[in-house]
Amino acid sequence: MVTTPVQETSKLNAIFDSCREMGQDPEFNVAKRWLEDHPGKKAIGCFPIHCPVELIHASGMLPLGIIGAGTQIEVTYADSRFQSFVCSIVKTTLELGLTNRLKFLEGMLFHSICDPARNLSSVFQRNFPDMFVEYIHFPQNFASPLARKYLATEYQRILDGLQQRSGHTPTVDDLNRSIALYNRIRAGLREIYRIRTDTPHMISAAESFVLTRAGTLMAPEEFVKIVEEVLAELPGRPSRPKDRIRVILEGSFCELPPVGLIETVEQAGCYILDDDFLRGWRWFTEDVPIRDNPLHELAESYSERAYYSGTKHDTRETKAAHLIQMVKEKKADAVIMQAAKFCEPALFDYALYRKALDEAKIPHLLLEFEEKTWIFDRARSEAETFVESLLFD
Amino acid sequence: MAQVTPKSDYQGRIHNLQKDMIGRYYANLTAASEGKGKKAIYMLISGNPVELIEAFDMLPVYPEVNALQLAVKKQSLPLILAAEEMGYSTDNCAYVKADVGMYFAGRKTPFATIPEPDLILCNYVGCNVYLQWFEHLGEYSKAPVYNLDVPFFRTPGPEPLAEDINYVVKQLEELIEVLERMSGKSLDYKKLQRIMQLSGETGELWSEIKKLTRERPAPYDAYFDSVMMMAPLYCLRGTEDGLRFFQEAYKEMKQRADNHEGPLPEEKFRVVMEGPPPWPFLRQFRDMFSRWGAVAIASTYSTVGGIWEFGFRHDPQRPLESMARHMLQWNCTNRNFLQRYKQLKDYVDDWGADALVIHSVKSCRLFSAGQGDMREYFTKQLNVPTLLIESDLEDPRYFSEAQLRNRVDAFFESLEHQRTLVKK
Ligand code: SF4
Ligand code: SF4
Repeated sequence: MVTTPVQETSKLNAIFDSCREMGQDPEFNVAKRWLEDHPGKKAIGCFPIHCPVELIHASGMLPLGIIGAGTQIEVTYADSRFQSFVCSIVKTTLELGLTNRLKFLEGMLFHSICDPARNLSSVFQRNFPDMFVEYIHFPQNFASPLARKYLATEYQRILDGLQQRSGHTPTVDDLNRSIALYNRIRAGLREIYRIRTDTPHMISAAESFVLTRAGTLMAPEEFVKIVEEVLAELPGRPSRPKDRIRVILEGSFCELPPVGLIETVEQAGCYILDDDFLRGWRWFTEDVPIRDNPLHELAESYSERAYYSGTKHDTRETKAAHLIQMVKEKKADAVIMQAAKFCEPALFDYALYRKALDEAKIPHLLLEFEEKTWIFDRARSEAETFVESLLFD
Repeated sequence: MAQVTPKSDYQGRIHNLQKDMIGRYYANLTAASEGKGKKAIYMLISGNPVELIEAFDMLPVYPEVNALQLAVKKQSLPLILAAEEMGYSTDNCAYVKADVGMYFAGRKTPFATIPEPDLILCNYVGCNVYLQWFEHLGEYSKAPVYNLDVPFFRTPGPEPLAEDINYVVKQLEELIEVLERMSGKSLDYKKLQRIMQLSGETGELWSEIKKLTRERPAPYDAYFDSVMMMAPLYCLRGTEDGLRFFQEAYKEMKQRADNHEGPLPEEKFRVVMEGPPPWPFLRQFRDMFSRWGAVAIASTYSTVGGIWEFGFRHDPQRPLESMARHMLQWNCTNRNFLQRYKQLKDYVDDWGADALVIHSVKSCRLFSAGQGDMREYFTKQLNVPTLLIESDLEDPRYFSEAQLRNRVDAFFESLEHQRTLVKK
């Protein structure tokens, strides 16, 4: 790997390094240590993509992102439960359970994102009967005002279940405090993304990805400090712009791409100005308002002010229109569709995106990945060819 | 040992009646495509409000049924390939790909010309692919899309949540407004009630037909022969024709049951079938079981569009609520995996089955994702011999006949072997 040697602020590097390490730990040691230090606290796992973490937090529990296991574990049991044509994250998440690595969790929340995730939630229920396993229905009829109201009711149902497990009935203030805390985190991440778009040489997509991921694996009270520290350090980071093409990356909203793959795409000559990594943990384009009906505000925010995503099918405006608008706003040169293998929602989106991008004459590249991939030669050469075709066009 | 394969397609009287009626349904589609017919409403077959569509004299169009027909007629592959050319993945549901391929090939099929949609009504009942399929059709056709959002049946109790029922009923009221605007007429409630009654009686007969397979021998194959009855159940439910079909079907099946006639010369094994069939190779697939004297006495696939055998009926007194319940609760598609396990177990116990056969199809992850866990549950926890085989419902590239046959043969050989051991 050849990069221009620059003196980086070691503090930032140390933060990103430790975040990266945290994201590769299938034992969830950081969270476990936190739980040990906070006797009586319980943790709830959140499968992608959108999870109302505030409900968990306000109930007095710790929300954690349980998002597959990359290359960190060998799949030995889950393969016989889910077929070869099912995405990897479903299998590695189940494997984490079947190998007792999720025993420390009080429960798991799944969401109506796709058919495999739904069936996985049932398989969890059957195989881990002591766990609190819930499946949240996210409405798909946002053209109707009924949907928002319904989502608030659904949140109430989930909250009722959570408080039974935690023994704490959250008040409106509790909920608003949790919303405010997560607002702070999301605002920080939005700011980091803004900096990335404006000055992509200041922070790479791989770095903001490992940071966001680490945030799903620790207490939000700790994470908010880290985010704000990164923001404080970033302006002083010495770095120089490189000659790279500017791309928007789409399609990795659920199964996590290997960090090495993101780095490969960047090193092949791409500035990734924006992406949908962990979109459910960044979720809203603005703060959730702090008012006297927090569940309604959360539901309203999903309906009206959420980043578009492959699993929200809103007849009011097309996803492709969103994507193209983003390309224009961010002055991107191209789009990379980086979809998880077998990921039905992302792969369906690709067909529509491709058509719309062609019509808008925006170059694009499809890269399929699996979380467990660790050799990126093919992606590298495809990305390099793509970059060359754009640079020398 | 496996016998010579007997002729196993259903050839009774209703076979021709079905052909006539479905032929007329398709003629209506063609007429609509030529601008000479009713307004075309695209919908999914899983629990749906076709009764409302009928009440407005509009025509339901089912892309799933069209995709299925294309596969049966061995027309699906070139269309799937055309869709893949457009950017659809080999890993996307092939129903969608065949349908999109057909859409861009001028909507002409050997059975009908499919009309452009006047409304794309996505009854989102279980399958998430539905949303994307209809999202895509919406973009291609520029027709209006209404997402009828049906919450998944995700709670452990026997009933869906009251707020779920309420939410769906409220959306049906919105849909009525949409249909009123489209037709320029207001809803004729009396007419809707009459249609609900037709659906209710149809459901009653279908339920009785399904219970007949508890007899030994079962008078028909509840997987392969059900398919013939499913087309009228979905395309003609709520019409006088639909009811007449089921009156005839019940008569015929009841008579066969009374005469102890089965689909095969001898019923040696009674199996429950899980998963959709491989439409492009239905014949070959059926023969793999027939040669062993294996008859399906129940199947989950025959309940994707509705489960009637456990008591659900459309109710003319409460039309919207009963349509909502049909969508929420009384179809296999909107039920969670564990509810499906329970449904299968009830079939095994109450219909008296020797084994469970799971046909896992790559296209349909709604059905298949996690069927390995299902096998684990049935073999380890319930001691029900279970066979899991894989192919596809639409894409002929995933059907390897020799391999499937070997698996099926090995399974029944071992069942037969166990029987002889027990006898000794
Ligand atoms: S990667 Fe795609 S298919 Fe797999 S669970 Fe996530 S959204 Fe579903
Ligand atoms: S995934 Fe299954 S239920 Fe969904 S559209 Fe495809 S075949 Fe139908």
